[in-house]
This record gives sequence, C-alpha cells and structure tokens, in this order.
Amino acid sequence: MIKIENLKKSYSTTVALDDVSLEVKRGELFGLIGPDGAGKSTLMRILMSLLLPDSGTATLNGFDVTKQHKEVRHVTGYMPGRFSLYPDLTVEENMDFFATVFGTTVKANYDMVKDIYQQIEPFKTRCAGKLSGGMKQKLALSCALIHKPLVLILDEPTTGVDAVSRKEFWEMLKNLKAQGITIVVSTPYMDEASLCDRIALIQQGKIFSVDTPQQMAADFAEDLWAIRSPKLYPTAQKLHDLPEMISVNSFGQELHLVTPKGVYSAKEISDFLTDKSETEIQIQPTEATIEDVFMLFMTQHHTTQP
Amino acid sequence: MSYEFLVNDIRLMTYNLQLITYNMRILFYILQKEFIQIFRNKGMLPIIFVLPMVQMLILVFAATFEIKQVDMMIVDLDHSPASRQLTNQIMGNKLFRMNAFPTSATEAEQMIQASKSDLALVIPRDFDKKITLHQNPDVQILVDAINGNAAQLGSAYLSNIIRDFHKSILMQQKVAGAPEASVVEIESSFWYNPTLNYRHYMAPGILVVLITVIGMFLGSMNLVREKELGTIEQINVTPIKKWQFIAGKLMPFLLIGLFELIFGLTLAKIVFNIPFVGSFPLLFGISAVYLVLVLSAGLYFSTISDTQQQVTFVVYFLMMVFLLMSGLFTPVESMPTWAQNIDRFNPLFYFVRIMRGIVLKGAGISEIFNDFLALLAYAVGMFSLAIWRYRKTS
Repeated sequence: MIKIENLKKSYSTTVALDDVSLEVKRGELFGLIGPDGAGKSTLMRILMSLLLPDSGTATLNGFDVTKQHKEVRHVTGYMPGRFSLYPDLTVEENMDFFATVFGTTVKANYDMVKDIYQQIEPFKTRCAGKLSGGMKQKLALSCALIHKPLVLILDEPTTGVDAVSRKEFWEMLKNLKAQGITIVVSTPYMDEASLCDRIALIQQGKIFSVDTPQQMAADFAEDLWAIRSPKLYPTAQKLHDLPEMISVNSFGQELHLVTPKGVYSAKEISDFLTDKSETEIQIQPTEATIEDVFMLFMTQHHTTQP
Repeated sequence: MSYEFLVNDIRLMTYNLQLITYNMRILFYILQKEFIQIFRNKGMLPIIFVLPMVQMLILVFAATFEIKQVDMMIVDLDHSPASRQLTNQIMGNKLFRMNAFPTSATEAEQMIQASKSDLALVIPRDFDKKITLHQNPDVQILVDAINGNAAQLGSAYLSNIIRDFHKSILMQQKVAGAPEASVVEIESSFWYNPTLNYRHYMAPGILVVLITVIGMFLGSMNLVREKELGTIEQINVTPIKKWQFIAGKLMPFLLIGLFELIFGLTLAKIVFNIPFVGSFPLLFGISAVYLVLVLSAGLYFSTISDTQQQVTFVVYFLMMVFLLMSGLFTPVESMPTWAQNIDRFNPLFYFVRIMRGIVLKGAGISEIFNDFLALLAYAVGMFSLAIWRYRKTS
C-alpha cells in the first residue's frame, strides 16, 4: 500500500530523514515509534504530499506522492499532530465542510464515521474550539474519514488526550482496520506500540528496526532483570557502578536492569548490591516488553548523537 | 461516423459542464464557510460600521489644508497717511489676524523665530514720501515658511492687497486726460468644485482609504490566521484547488468592500452633501477591480508570511507609502519626476484620480480609460501572483 524508498529530507542544517525505506502492507495498522524530533511528522507530511523530499521516492496506493498530489490526497485521510479543524465552526459545520470539499456528503458516508461520530453528535452545534481534547480527536478522525479514504495517516493522535479517551481511540482504530483501512500512526507511547500490527523504531531520521511488536520483544538480545527494592532511586544509582551494566530504568514499582547476555547471574547482582549495603533486594529475570526494547534502543543510539 | 463524433462531443461537453458545476459548487461551499466565520467573529461588525463612520465623519473634516487664519504683524516705520491706509486695507481682510505691531524689523524677525506669528510686513520710513514723489516704494514681507501652505497663501494674499493698494494710489494720482493705465484683471471660476469646498475634494479620497484598508488588511489577516491555527494543513490535503482557496478568501471581502463604498457614499451625501455627478455602475465596476487588486496584494503577502504580525507590518508599511504618494493629500504634480515615475506602480494613485474624476467631474469610461486599464492589468497580475505563490506543498 505504501512504499518508501531512500527518502531524504533536511531543513537547512538539520537532517530530518536520513535514507528512510519502509513498506506498509494493505490493511495494516502500522506504528511509527520514536522520540520527539525523530522525523515522524516529516515522514507523514511527505506521505501526505504536503512536503517534498530532497531525494528518494514514496508511493501510496501506487501514486507517486511528489507528482500525483491529487490522487494521493483523495485516497488518504490525514490528522495532523495539532488540532487543525476550524475552532469557530460547529462540529456539524466542520463535518459538512470537509465532506463537501471532497465532493460528498456526511449522509452518503455516514456508515463510515457512524461509530465515531455518534459519540460527538450530541454536541454537533457546539463550536469545535470548545470541545474537550478527546472529543476534538474524535471529530478530527471523523473529518479525516468522511471521504472514505483507503489510508489513514495519524500524527500523534493521542498526545494530550486522557487515558480513557486514548483507549477508546485505539478501539476505533481497530474497528477501522477491520473495515480494511490501512492505518499509519505515530506515537510516543510505548503501550500503544504493542497495539500495532507492525512498528518501526525511528530515531534521528533513521529507521532502526521494523517488525511486529511481539517479535521485537522476543528478539531482545540481552539479559533483563526486574529488581525490587524498598528505595528504588538509591538502588538504581548503585547499579550504575555495576561494571558491565547497559542500562537501568524504573518501571513502575520495579527497576529494569539490562546486562549483556550471560555475563551475570541473579546471585551475582544480588551480591553486588548487598556489598553496597542494600537490603531487602528481590531480583529475577523477566520477559522484555516493547518498552524495554525501545529504552535499550534509545540508550544504544543515544551515544551516537552528534 | 459523424454521428459517433457528435455523441463523443456531447459526452465531452456534459463532462466539462459537470466539472465546471462541481468546481463552482466547491467554491460556493468555501464561500459559505468563510461567511459563517466572518460574521461569527465579534470584531467584524464594528469594523464594518464604525470604521467608515470614523473615517468619513472625522477625517474628512480634519484632513484639510484650507487656511482659515494667518497670524501677521505690521512694522510701520513710516506712520504716514499712506502707511495707515495700507494697514487698514490689510486689517479689513478676514484671512489676516494682527497679533502684534513690532517697532522694528528685527523685533518682527524674533517674533517669527519664536513661532508667534506667520508673516510680517515692513513698511519703510520713506513710504509716503516716495508715493508723493511718484517713485516706487518698497515694502518687505517676512514669511515663516515652516508651515509652507500658510506661508504661500498668506504672502500671495498680501501681495494682492498691496497691488490693489498701489493701483488705487495710481488712480488717485492720475492726471486728468492722461491715458488710463492698462491693467490685466484676472477673474477665476473654479470648475467641478465651484465653492472650493475642501470637504468635497477630501470625501472621495477618504473613501479610497476606507476600501483600501478593508481590502488589504481583512483578507490577508484572514489567510494568515489559517496558518497560525494550523487549519491550512487540513485544507491543503483536500482537493480544493489553489484558485478556489484564494477566490474564497477574496470574494467575501470584495463584497464587504463594496458595501463599505455604498455606506461611505451615503454618509458623504448625507453629511457633506457632496455633489455625486458620475455614474454609480461605473464607480462600482472600477471599485470591484480595485478591490480585487488590493485584496490580491494582501493575500500575496499573507502567502509569504507565517504570522499575522509579519503580514500586518508589511501591509501597513506599503499602505503608508502608497497613501502618501497617492495624491490624496498632496498633488502628485508637485512631486519630483522620479517619484512620479514610481507612482505608476501605485494602485492608489490611479484609484484616487478615478474616484475624484467620477464623483466630482462625472467622468465617463473614456476619460478614465487609461487609468482603468492600468488598474485592471495590475489586478489580474496580482491575483495570478497570489494564486501562484500559494503552495499546497512546501
């Protein structure tokens, strides 16, 4: 459905995309995972034909995004990172406007947006600017869907939205996927990454890994330890002195310690901490989640920053 | 064969027709959306109604070069019957207000230096004697030229009075039987504004300022606002065409501008009773062309700006230059030639001339044809430039 080859884009001195290649299959829910400034929005804007790449090609449903803007925009629905519907038009007026400029009506495509739009329909005479964050998101998604696109491109749709609304939003994406729509979504939230069919880890304009979130977690190549301690922070500080330590991050009530495969046993680490006068330590090996993968990926590539 | 061609032709025609109606329908929806937004904006109605009232009711009265009073002094060093007669004659003129009688020319100079008076007439000691001896007496006029208009007008009036005075002296001294000195008498009659009413001259010009402000600011601010809010991003991914977007931004303000013109003209008629002698349809047609021009200019600058601040500054700067060079306040003919050449790129220059021509002189299309042509070419060019410069892809 989407094919990206050797895409490059720089803004004066900053490299936003550095030789990116990627393929998204039809009907897939594809996640772009990366920190702020990694190049996610740039990539999406190029796919939407809003931005021209310096070199490389990208096709969407077979249409070249640099030459066939019209076709690309007709088959794609886009939700920019920032809420960009008219705040001084009502919910209904926004919907009608975006339907009519695509040469259709809300009525004709009502089945497409029904599940989502029904939730905000009670507020249809309210100005879009006065909606809550979650409702704005739903309206934006409805407007992006109103012309029955084949592809949805969603730039951080859940940033700044409460946990309940985020959960609802991903339910909606699942339903849309079930209707055969290809979805590309970017997110900084790791828990959302595991809801995607496949994800790409992107950092400093480069794509490092593309796989299913499950496979990525399974491919975690190092040893991962879950450590419980009465005082997490001092324990974490002391673990930094462990000679072969790769990273220590706090995960809720635990610390996740990454060490190279087969270097330490649980006992060795426990002894190390006891030597440093830490008490009541519980340590056990644990399965990596996508968040561990991402954190490891970030530590490994952080050092290479210019 | 020919039958098949015909079928194809008809098919092509209906397709084109459908395409045109489709494009027009989209433009209609864009316009509908713009109007909803414009009238939902609480600041809009005051702008539409208060702006013209303030401009017409205050500016037309205030922006005047009419000289009502010149402060002057007479330094009478002669104290003779002749000097007193001249003094009386000057004092009889309403334009001059005597505010001092200094005893020397130096004192008068000091008064002028201190801006206490605009003008001084120095009558020399031998004024009466020279007249009696049939010699030409000299008088001196000192003028404060800081206020150029008052200086020019005051000294011209004063010279006239002195000439009249001189003439009456010559008449008195005329020897019986001698041939009468021939004097050229000048009688002026002022066409198109017979009473020299400054307000009649200013009102059409202020109307030009009014619709220029509406045109240049409202359209450009509206477009840049879409950039600031980010809504342009969503518009850019729709199939809306560039010309539809620009036309959608232009047409509502074109209509508002024309409405302002009607409103302003009505005020001018009611308040100043300006003699509207020209053709309304002509004025409206040309005003529409002019509005397309200024709106397009504003929209062009908003396509290359990112914030309302930037575009306001650029548009404001340009408007000041255009306005001061337009001939609205100062005659273009008195500008240096190079400035007059620059003025050929000033849309206000043409429109002020056309506006005064139509309203005050009743000019028809043939009289203003060249100016109109310049405006039309400018408008088409600017509109195309705005469309061309608006990018859906960066």
